[in-house]
Amino acid sequence: METLQNLLGNNLGYFIWYFVVAIIIVVPLTLFVAYLTFAERRILGFMHARLGANRVGPYGLLQPFADLLKFVFKELLTPHKASSAAFSLSPLIVLICAFLVWAVIPFSPEFAFAHVNASLLYVIAVSSLGVYGIVLAGWSGNSKYSFLGGVRASAQMISYELAMGFSLVGVLMVSGSLNLVDIVNQQAHGMLAGSLFSWNFIPLFPLFLVYLISGVAETNRAPFDVCEGESEIVAGFFVEYSGTQFALFMLSEYVNMVTISIMASIMFLGGWLSPFPVSWGFIGASGFGWLLIKVCIILFGFIWYRATFPRYRYDQIMRLGWKVFLPVTLVWIFVMGAWMVSPLNIWK
Amino acid sequence: MLTSVFFYLFAAILVISAIRVITAKNPVHAVLYLVLSFVTSSALWIMLNVEFLALTLIVVYVGAVMVLFLFVVMMLDIDVEAMRKGFWRNLPLAAIIGLIIVVEMIAVLVTKPLVIMSAPELANSSVSNSNQLGFVLYTEYSYPVELASIILLVGLVIAVALTLRKTNKNAKYQNISKQIAVTHIGRVEMIRMKPEVEFKLDEKEIAE
Repeated sequence: METLQNLLGNNLGYFIWYFVVAIIIVVPLTLFVAYLTFAERRILGFMHARLGANRVGPYGLLQPFADLLKFVFKELLTPHKASSAAFSLSPLIVLICAFLVWAVIPFSPEFAFAHVNASLLYVIAVSSLGVYGIVLAGWSGNSKYSFLGGVRASAQMISYELAMGFSLVGVLMVSGSLNLVDIVNQQAHGMLAGSLFSWNFIPLFPLFLVYLISGVAETNRAPFDVCEGESEIVAGFFVEYSGTQFALFMLSEYVNMVTISIMASIMFLGGWLSPFPVSWGFIGASGFGWLLIKVCIILFGFIWYRATFPRYRYDQIMRLGWKVFLPVTLVWIFVMGAWMVSPLNIWK
Repeated sequence: MLTSVFFYLFAAILVISAIRVITAKNPVHAVLYLVLSFVTSSALWIMLNVEFLALTLIVVYVGAVMVLFLFVVMMLDIDVEAMRKGFWRNLPLAAIIGLIIVVEMIAVLVTKPLVIMSAPELANSSVSNSNQLGFVLYTEYSYPVELASIILLVGLVIAVALTLRKTNKNAKYQNISKQIAVTHIGRVEMIRMKPEVEFKLDEKEIAE
């Protein structure tokens, strides 16, 4: 960064440096998401005892690019009587909000796009904006199906955001910081420090479960995908979209999945910390590899749920969010508070 | 230099979007302009180093309150022409009320002149803004915080009490635990029976 600033002047060097860092984060993330879609198709195929996509390239490895090419060359259709500005804006809102979260996510103690003190609050704030894109997409298409999808999405995402926010409050209480790097570092301390037993997911297990399940609901994945609901409302909020705009919705859904997974790993599973004691040499060392492994495990779970569970009924989704998850998180926050002031405190 | 450029940019967006909130014909567009003005005012707060307030503005107002607004406004089938009908008749009254509000605001500003302030320095920059705010809220201002939470709770209870009427005969309720506890017993019966219609093979088809 300093050499760039010397070379190009203070401000310009600064901007170019951050531009390069942004590309370093976004391009591998997009590639990861492309292969996540491929992995999902192969894993679902395996779970359904069929082959899945295996025709394009060796083992079907070029399938994501074939899909992308197909989307790019399709015609963009705007329905008659659609509110055209909102219609073309909403896929972009969804996509931008999905990528904005990655500005503060740390990949190691040193490497993040921006080291923000209130990064946890930033993540919550930005991820609560994505719903606008979905609601607008549903409304602007001027179609009954997409409108129903948008209405369902807005109610569902608000309900689960609440439970999600409360489950993060527990993490906040334990770590005493809004900074994601500090939250990970704190998990290396306390009683039983230095292995996976000091990670947050053990004392905060109910919150961890609530976070994971709400994460599935937030990303509108099966079994909470009522706002797409193929069998009821065709494709839900993006029923009127074609070509690249449809691809943007898919891309942001998968980016959101990766975001939820990486946040769950950072909050509850110790981020880049190794599950083994430091004295074990190579596998005891913390590093980006561990974070990647944890993210992949949670993502596999996302795909597994989709292959396993039937879709929830809408009133059951609302009941689960408001009457089960919210009370569970509130009670556990209270228990945590009592635990932390009692002599049994394990976080000191 | 760069800071003031950004300040004027955000301020201009804020003023324009606030004007568009009241001039937009379509109510959904008005809500979206309101969202834009919230986001830009949060950006202005970020420039004042108050990251907690700025982000909470987005979480609470943009992320929750405005989504509910949008939800309600989308559902309304508003006839824009019908709403404009009474415009000229109501204009005098609205103008008088608007004028009173403007005069009051000016009166407040005149009696306590605005001082142009730069972003306040943090009292202790090693502790983040959120930590300081939380500390003050739960020590010095704990009674106002409790009072505010009680008021919110009362509002919540009243809203539920107004809408949840078990006396309504038309309302349908479902006992979810009963639904989940359902098994095949009493619902599905396996019976053994002979086929009622004997299936006869057509001899012609066999020959073919």
